[in-house]
Amino acid sequence: MLARLGVLARLGGCARLTIIWLLVLALVTPAAAAPSGPPIRIGGTLALTGPLAPTALLHKIAGEIYVEELNRGNGLLGRPVEWVLLDDQSKPDVTRSLYEKLITVDKVDLLIGPYATGGILAAMGVAQRYNKVFVHHSFGMPHLAKYEMHFPTAAFGIEPNVTLPTTVYNALAATSNPPKTVAIVTSKFPSAQFQSSGARDVAEKRGLKVVLYLEYEFGNRDWGALAARIKDAKPDFLWVGSLGLDSNQLLEAMKKLDYTPPRHFHLFPAPGPLAVAPEGKLALSSSVFEEHPPFTSNPGAAKFIPLFRDRATRANVPYPFLDTQVAGSFAAWQVLEAAVTATKSLDDKVLGQWLRANRVDTLIGKLRFDGPNNYGDDLFKVKQVHDGKWVVVWPKEFAAPGARLLPP
Amino acid sequence: MPSLTLLGQAIVSGLLAGGIYALLALGLSLSWGLLRLVNLAHFALALLGAYLTYQIGTALQVPPWLAGLAIIPAFFLVGMALHAVFAYFRVTEFTSLLVTFGIAVILESVIQWFWTADYRRYETPWATASLRVGPLFVPILEMLACLTAAALAIATWAWLRFTYVGKALRASAEDPAIAAAFGVHHRRQAFLLSGVSAAYAAIAGAFIALIATLAPAQIWAWLGVVFAVVIIGGLANPIGALLAGLLIGVSESVTMAIVTPAWAPLVSFSVLIVILIVRPGRA
Repeated sequence: MLARLGVLARLGGCARLTIIWLLVLALVTPAAAAPSGPPIRIGGTLALTGPLAPTALLHKIAGEIYVEELNRGNGLLGRPVEWVLLDDQSKPDVTRSLYEKLITVDKVDLLIGPYATGGILAAMGVAQRYNKVFVHHSFGMPHLAKYEMHFPTAAFGIEPNVTLPTTVYNALAATSNPPKTVAIVTSKFPSAQFQSSGARDVAEKRGLKVVLYLEYEFGNRDWGALAARIKDAKPDFLWVGSLGLDSNQLLEAMKKLDYTPPRHFHLFPAPGPLAVAPEGKLALSSSVFEEHPPFTSNPGAAKFIPLFRDRATRANVPYPFLDTQVAGSFAAWQVLEAAVTATKSLDDKVLGQWLRANRVDTLIGKLRFDGPNNYGDDLFKVKQVHDGKWVVVWPKEFAAPGARLLPP
Repeated sequence: MPSLTLLGQAIVSGLLAGGIYALLALGLSLSWGLLRLVNLAHFALALLGAYLTYQIGTALQVPPWLAGLAIIPAFFLVGMALHAVFAYFRVTEFTSLLVTFGIAVILESVIQWFWTADYRRYETPWATASLRVGPLFVPILEMLACLTAAALAIATWAWLRFTYVGKALRASAEDPAIAAAFGVHHRRQAFLLSGVSAAYAAIAGAFIALIATLAPAQIWAWLGVVFAVVIIGGLANPIGALLAGLLIGVSESVTMAIVTPAWAPLVSFSVLIVILIVRPGRA
C-alpha cells in the first residue's frame, strides 16, 4: 500500500487526481455483482392448463419477467431468486395439494398466490396452516379472506360487490343519457356471481329497474337462449359477470339476433379478445392499470411495459399490452420484494408485520393492507374499448388524455 | 311469461346447438356401437380439426371448405392409424376408455404447446350473419352445421343399411364369428370405420372453429352432453344421434329461456336418466 502511495506521489497532478477519483468511486459505488449463494425459492401455482389457462399465461409471463429482472440486478438479499411454479390445472383441490407440497416437500422460502378466486382460497388455507405470508393478485371475494397474513393486490377494497358497481353506475350517470333499466347476466363462478349480485342490489338502491337477472354455469356453451332473453328484456345497460371469453361469445350471439345492447359492462373478460372483437366496440370493464398516463408514471411501468410487450408477442399472445391482470401480478411481486428488502428477512411473521404497517408503491398505485381483512382502498376504475384498445374513462382524473366515456 | 318470439328463438337456437352435438356424436356413436371402442380421443381429434381449420384459414387465408379437402382425408388416415394401434394391442371396450383418454390428454398438450393456452378465434365475415325468418333469426353458420349433421346422419344410415360394407359392419358388431364365417373381413371394415369416424371428427371440428372460440381445455367441455346424446340416440344409430342431439339442444335452450340457464345441464342429464330407466338396454 505504501509502495502504491509512493507511485502516486511520482505522477503528474492531473493523472493523480483522476486516479484518486476513480479509487473513491470504486469504494462508494456498490459493486453490481450478480446475486450469489443459494437461491431464495418462491413457490406458487398457476392454471397452466384448464379453462383458466389463457389468463394464467399472462401471470406466468409477468412472473418470469419479474424474476429475471430481479436476478439481473442483485436478486433478493443478494441471493438469486428461483420461482418454483407448478400447474394447478385450474382446479382448487389440486391447488391446495400443490401448495402443501411446495411448503413441506419443496421447502420453498416464500409463497406467491395462484390465479383466480377459487385457487387462491384453497391455497390460503394451506398458507394459514403453515403461517406463511401469502401475497396474491386476483381474489374477488374479500369478505372470505380471513387469514391475517394474506396480502391482496387485487385492489377491490373490502366490498367490491358495492364499490365496483357504484363506480360503474356513477360513470354512466355522468353521461348525457344515463340508463334507466339494467339487465344482469352472470357466470356462477364465485367472484363473478358475488360482484354481479351486488350490481343488482346497488342498481335497485339507485332506482334503476333490473329487468333481467340470470346466472349461467361456468363453462357454458350455448349462448343463443341467453342472447334471446337479453334482447327480449331490452335493457338500457347490460352488466355481464363474465370470465374469459364469455363476453365475446355472448356479444356474438346477440349480434346473430341483430341486437347490440346500448351499453355493456364486462366483469372479468379476457381483455385482448374483447378489445379487438368487432362486437367489443365501446365495451366497458374495470381496470387498475392501462398503458397511458397517469398509470405509466407508476413504479416499474417504464421498465415492465416494453418487457411484457416483447415477451407476450413472442409467446403469441394476441393482445400483448400490460393491463389490469398483468399489472396486479407485477404488483404482487413488488409487494413481496419490498417486504423482504425492507426487513432484510425471509421470516414470514416479520414480513407480515411489516406489510400491515407499511404502504407499498406499486405499478397499480400505493397499496395498504391495514383495513378489514387486510384490504385497503378500492383502486378500480372504468375502462372502455376505443379503436381496439382499452383506455380508462372514469374517474376523469385517471382517464386517458382526451378520453371520455363514449355514448352508444 | 316468456314471449312467443323468445320461445321461438330458443327453439331455433336449441335445434342449431343440437346439430353441433349430433355432429360430434356421430363418429363416437359409430365407433362405440360397431367397434366396441369408447373413443374419448374423438373429442381431441375434433378440437385438433378445429385448430387446423383455424390455422390454415388465418395463416394461409384458405377458406374452411377448401381446408377441409385436405384435413378430412388426413384425419381419415389418422383414424385408421389409431385403429392399427388399438388392434395391435388388442384394446377392449373398457381399456379403450383409458387408452383413448391418454391419447386425448396427449393431443390436448400438443395443441397447447403449438397454439398456447390463449384463446383463438377464427374471424370470418359470416360469424354473425343470420337469416331472418319473421321475428326469428337463424345464424347461418350454425344452420350449416345442423344441415351437415342431418346430411351426414342420413348418409351414414343409408350406408349402414343399404351397402354391403354397412351390412358387414353391423353383422360384425352383432356376431363377429358368424360374420367372418360369411366372409366378412372384420379387420378391413374396422379400419374403414375408424377412418370415417375420425373424418367426422374433422368435419365437426371445422364447424367448431367457425362457431366457437378455441382453447385447449375445450376438449372436455362437450364430453358429458355428447355422451348423453350417443346413449339417448342409441349406439351406431346415426338418425338416433341426430334426433337425440336436437332433443337435448332444444330442451337445454328452452330451459334457459323459460327458467334459468343454470338448469340447462340438469335437464339434459335428467332426460338421459329417464331414458335409461325406461329403456335400460340403450348402451
